[in-house]
Amino acid sequence: MSVVVDIGHRLGDFGIDACFESAGRLTALFGPSGSGKTTLINMIAGLIRPDKGRIAIDGRVLVDTAASIFVPKHRRRIGMVFQDARLFPHMSVASNLRYGRWFTPTAERYADFNAVVDLLGIGPLLERRPAKLSGGEKQRVAIGRALLASPKLLLMDEPLASLDDARKAEILPYIERLRDETKIPIVYVSHSVSEVARLASDVVVLAQGKVAASGPTGAIMQRLDLLPAEERGEGGAVLDTAVLRHDEAFGMTVLGSAAGEIRVPLLAIPAGAPVRIRIRARDVMIATELPTGLSALNILPGTIVAIEPGEGPAVEVGIDCNGATILARITEQSRQALKLRLGRKVFAVVKTVSFDRANTGAGLPVEADG
Amino acid sequence: MNWLLDLTPDEWNAVRLSIKVATVAMLASLPPGILIALLLARGQFWGKTLLNGLVHLPLILPPVVTGYLLLLTFGRRGPAGAFLAEHFGIVFSFRWTGAALACGIMGFPLMVRAIRLSIEAVDRKMEAAAGTLGANPLWVFATITLPLILPGLIAGAILAFAKAMGEFGATITFVSNIPNETQTLPSAIYTFTQVPGGDEGALRLTLISIVISMAALVASEVLARRVGRRMDIE
Repeated sequence: MSVVVDIGHRLGDFGIDACFESAGRLTALFGPSGSGKTTLINMIAGLIRPDKGRIAIDGRVLVDTAASIFVPKHRRRIGMVFQDARLFPHMSVASNLRYGRWFTPTAERYADFNAVVDLLGIGPLLERRPAKLSGGEKQRVAIGRALLASPKLLLMDEPLASLDDARKAEILPYIERLRDETKIPIVYVSHSVSEVARLASDVVVLAQGKVAASGPTGAIMQRLDLLPAEERGEGGAVLDTAVLRHDEAFGMTVLGSAAGEIRVPLLAIPAGAPVRIRIRARDVMIATELPTGLSALNILPGTIVAIEPGEGPAVEVGIDCNGATILARITEQSRQALKLRLGRKVFAVVKTVSFDRANTGAGLPVEADG
Repeated sequence: MNWLLDLTPDEWNAVRLSIKVATVAMLASLPPGILIALLLARGQFWGKTLLNGLVHLPLILPPVVTGYLLLLTFGRRGPAGAFLAEHFGIVFSFRWTGAALACGIMGFPLMVRAIRLSIEAVDRKMEAAAGTLGANPLWVFATITLPLILPGLIAGAILAFAKAMGEFGATITFVSNIPNETQTLPSAIYTFTQVPGGDEGALRLTLISIVISMAALVASEVLARRVGRRMDIE
């Protein structure tokens, strides 16, 4: 499965000139508002016709201006989840869900109604009208509606942007299930570091209509310079870990990672389950010796592999901990005082409580908290 | 109460004819009404202002002028009238069909306005969403646009019906005032007022006319509310 996009387009003063290719499970188009990501996803869906260029999904050419090819949106078999859900107000939830099925050739219908309803937990909503749903419920129904058209690719345009944090936390696990349990590749537009770090397998970073970088999520999230200024504090290392055990007495979960054991607040998922965590660079301290008399529980030995100038007084230090790179943001003053340089053995120190719901996403929510 | 329902056969015919003419005028102008409203609401083409003006012409012209123009075009000797009579066997002049044509044309601007407004209120993003789900433009129109403009459609149809029930000037000019053929309620009332002792008959038909128009209005309100509730737009 691959998505190939190479287009040029002008919208008044704004120009988009983007070229990328991705074969990931969930590719995030990431960038600040106004970077052209929504325009780009609308072009893939067929809602905007690019001035010039080429778009192909899995070798099937959807747009090729040089060859005068433009497949209209209703023949693309690409599902789209919009930021504003766009459920049809004159139909029940069930009719909304079944809408796309009508137009799918019988041989290509792979989506099973009950399976999708179960996956998204929308069984109790079927008889209701869209006007009677909460924002989070609407968005889950919109995802189901797109899935039940048996698409070859699923596009999601900031599906969480108009929801509050509680509703976001409600939907994120469903998107993770979608990514892990279905075979449909997903292209996901977002400007939020926490969403991208949690969901994406691959990231395409857009800035001012151009592709600034693209690659696997872990590698992209290390590059704090790529993040939009207001999100830079959210940047850091993304690690794929697994639950080793729960420490019920202290309300903690111990995760196993390449860098070593990491203790985070209790997660409601079973031992052995995969968890992707994000360690914000600003939450990481560096010690030159194994610290004693320190409250922080996560002390990971490693070697400095990168030192980059950061914003203002900060420098960003990359520490290789047994193959996993952890990013620390410290001041230049500390760097000089500790005589940090490439190749030096150090310890990365992370407080357990610096992990929260936003950077230890995993599993379905079990408690009804906010 | 008895004298009210004790209509002469001619008066009954006028009532029946009026309802028939108004119903046919309303139903026949719905498809072109939707089409023109779509063009005006969404089309980008040369001559849009001209089309808009043409549609509204019957609203601003004296009805007699519209009737006379119809007579010139759709009369037996008129270009359109002769063509239709020769090739399709459709004759308008001095027939009830002519009355329906005149009523339809007079109500057309009202119908187009109502439908156009409701089309402009449709969220086009809904249509785009239906497109990504595989619906081609025709299906999108049938399953999304049409249901969403239903309240406007009902309002436009009822306006056209009410206008047709009251149409007088254009009808009498175009197809005259022939009992049992082109004598609608307004023409019949007019005839009563022209003869001595016709007051009672005029009053009877006037009351019946009020009842029919009110019934149409109430029916449209009930229908529109039911559609609105179905869509949770209240």
